Amino acid sequence: MAETRTMTINMGPQHPATHGVLRMVVELDGENVVNAQPHIGYLHRGIEKLFESMTYRQALPLTDRLDYTSGVSNNLAYCLAVEKLLNIEIPKRAQYLRVLLSELQRIAAHLLWLGTHALDLGAMTVLFYTFRERETVLEILELATGARITPSFIRIGGLAADIPDTFLPRVMAFVQEFPKRIDEYETLLTKNPIWKRRTTGIARMSAEDCINYGVTGPVLRASGVNYDVRKAYPYTSYEDFDFEIPLGKNGDVYDRYLVRLMEMRQSTRIVKQAAEKLPPGPVSATDAPQVVPPDKNDVTSDIASLIRHFKIMEEGFEPPPGEVYSSIESSKGELGFYIVSDGSNKPYRVRVRPPSFINLGALPKMIEGALVADVVAAIGSIDIVLGEIDR
Amino acid sequence: MGVENTTAATLQDVINWARKNSIWPVTFGLACCALEMMVASSATYDISRFGAEVFRPSPRQTDLMIVAGTVTKKMAPVLRRIYEQMPEPKWVIAYGACACSGGIFQSYNVVQGVDQIVPVDVYVPGCPPRPEGLLKAIMRLQEKIAAEAPGQRKLVSLPWGKNG
Amino acid sequence: MDSRKAGNLLKETFSDAVLKIEEFRGETSVTIESGRLVEIMKFLKQNSDLSYDMLVDLTSVDFPDQKMRFIISYLLNTTKFNNRLRIKTAVAEGSAVDSVCDIWKAANWMEREAAEMFGIHFNNHPNLKHILLTDDFVGHPLRKEYDVKGPDFGQPLKIDLEKEEIF
Repeated sequence: MAETRTMTINMGPQHPATHGVLRMVVELDGENVVNAQPHIGYLHRGIEKLFESMTYRQALPLTDRLDYTSGVSNNLAYCLAVEKLLNIEIPKRAQYLRVLLSELQRIAAHLLWLGTHALDLGAMTVLFYTFRERETVLEILELATGARITPSFIRIGGLAADIPDTFLPRVMAFVQEFPKRIDEYETLLTKNPIWKRRTTGIARMSAEDCINYGVTGPVLRASGVNYDVRKAYPYTSYEDFDFEIPLGKNGDVYDRYLVRLMEMRQSTRIVKQAAEKLPPGPVSATDAPQVVPPDKNDVTSDIASLIRHFKIMEEGFEPPPGEVYSSIESSKGELGFYIVSDGSNKPYRVRVRPPSFINLGALPKMIEGALVADVVAAIGSIDIVLGEIDR
Repeated sequence: MGVENTTAATLQDVINWARKNSIWPVTFGLACCALEMMVASSATYDISRFGAEVFRPSPRQTDLMIVAGTVTKKMAPVLRRIYEQMPEPKWVIAYGACACSGGIFQSYNVVQGVDQIVPVDVYVPGCPPRPEGLLKAIMRLQEKIAAEAPGQRKLVSLPWGKNG
Repeated sequence: MDSRKAGNLLKETFSDAVLKIEEFRGETSVTIESGRLVEIMKFLKQNSDLSYDMLVDLTSVDFPDQKMRFIISYLLNTTKFNNRLRIKTAVAEGSAVDSVCDIWKAANWMEREAAEMFGIHFNNHPNLKHILLTDDFVGHPLRKEYDVKGPDFGQPLKIDLEKEEIF
């Protein structure tokens, strides 16, 4: 009998299908994967260490750059953790706007995922379709926040500003239009035999495995586990909204695709409800003057406001000592912030619980015995963002 | 310079004209800025107006490296290797604050500016810069290529030559 | 069973190993002795009244002034009863703690990260190599004495492609 040897190949960190700077070392027996190990850390920027050298307020822009496909969600998770530490109440209007913006951001992130994932598997048209709608979402976000990718708009204690008058009509026009666009994507992929052959039954994970590996987000729900932080541990008034958690059955790449498509429809529902029910009122906490800076107009006319503004910007605020964990359902899964405070104006320790990092840890399990072409499908289906994995 | 004037131009001008209108970038996204780089190639911004839409997955077929994102110390040797794999003539755009100077990440694992590793032709500030920033950078690069003087760079690169 | 009751049950079952139960902002943290970690974690996962089936997060905090300077913090979640419980244990520099990889596979990468960032050793871990940092990285960045800018900030970066190891 002829001698057989396995072959080790390198994939990445510069590879179009690794969604960033992920590197895979894949051991192959012919076309079959014997072992595949992700090598990460090519984007390790020391964000958790940088948090410790900044005041709570200064550190906010770092969070945008974690999962850069959904900046608003990261801001929200960080602010919720700090607010929990401070124990302050956020006005309803700000909460609804936070929901609205983060659901829009989820749509944008899923659109980016859909376009690039389909491109990896050879369906190029979808990218141009999804980028068209993603651009619309980004324009709406830019209208309110002033930035496309890194908004830093959700602030500790509320929002940076109220929305402009032109914002809500744009949002309503978008939610009217968008379900039809999702139908368009579905005509391209859902019943496409090539797409189904590339995705059905690929990279399966059972529900037990998913839980054991700590997997969250659409990957977990595609395996049929009903765990969504928005329902399990509601935050920011998510309990006021009527929406469903889409679940899959088989836990393969195809079901993850279906779950994310249905999530976009549910997000559209939430955005619509939030825009319709948006209450009037302030967008920042009124009972926390040590946290929320005064109005810009007061700063130029009132000396007390000027001093307060200066103190917040220069020294920040000092939350009580303690430790809190707060998490949200980002587009990738459970994004959590664990903050340890020692009572000073800088966090003693900030730990980011990155969903992509933990989901990627399950990848070797997912692609055991798969074909080498399925590795690309599996990576795409987890929807990783290296900024968050490496931090 | 338009095609109609080529009769009066030197060989250098003709080659510069050809080079500046077909700058093929390598598909090389590092971080947040890579998203804006991708958007620049979408229909809305349409980078192909500048002959730069052909993103090649292999560095061996490219002329331009757009360093879009934070370069870490772990990534630096990889980036350098990819640059060396690109054939001459080659150019580099440092896209975004991190690539220009390290940006907000003044930390133990971040290279404070990609110009420590590879020579940079155009810097684009912003965190991240808008896609228009990339288009502007490509136009600046085209101007730079058009002004290249004879002898500045080999006109023809042979595989066995120094810059092959 | 909610997290407060879970903490009390732990106190009853392992009265000698449970050192402290804290409540802050509705979160329950139970501090246990590091030697009994695996035993207690197995109980938390397997007891049908608790069934903490998901390891949400594993990280460490450095308190250089204390003798047991590293607090390792495990955040558990139960999908059955829908609550979270934090288990904390302290280790001194140079001593080790047992790995929980066999209980939750999720611990694998998080323990690797804690090991390289703080220099904590995890016994029985399948592969405790560097994960985010390069293999030749010196130091443990998240320790308090490590400067955020690192030892060679501002110096030109040296790259030697000949020495680079591919695999």
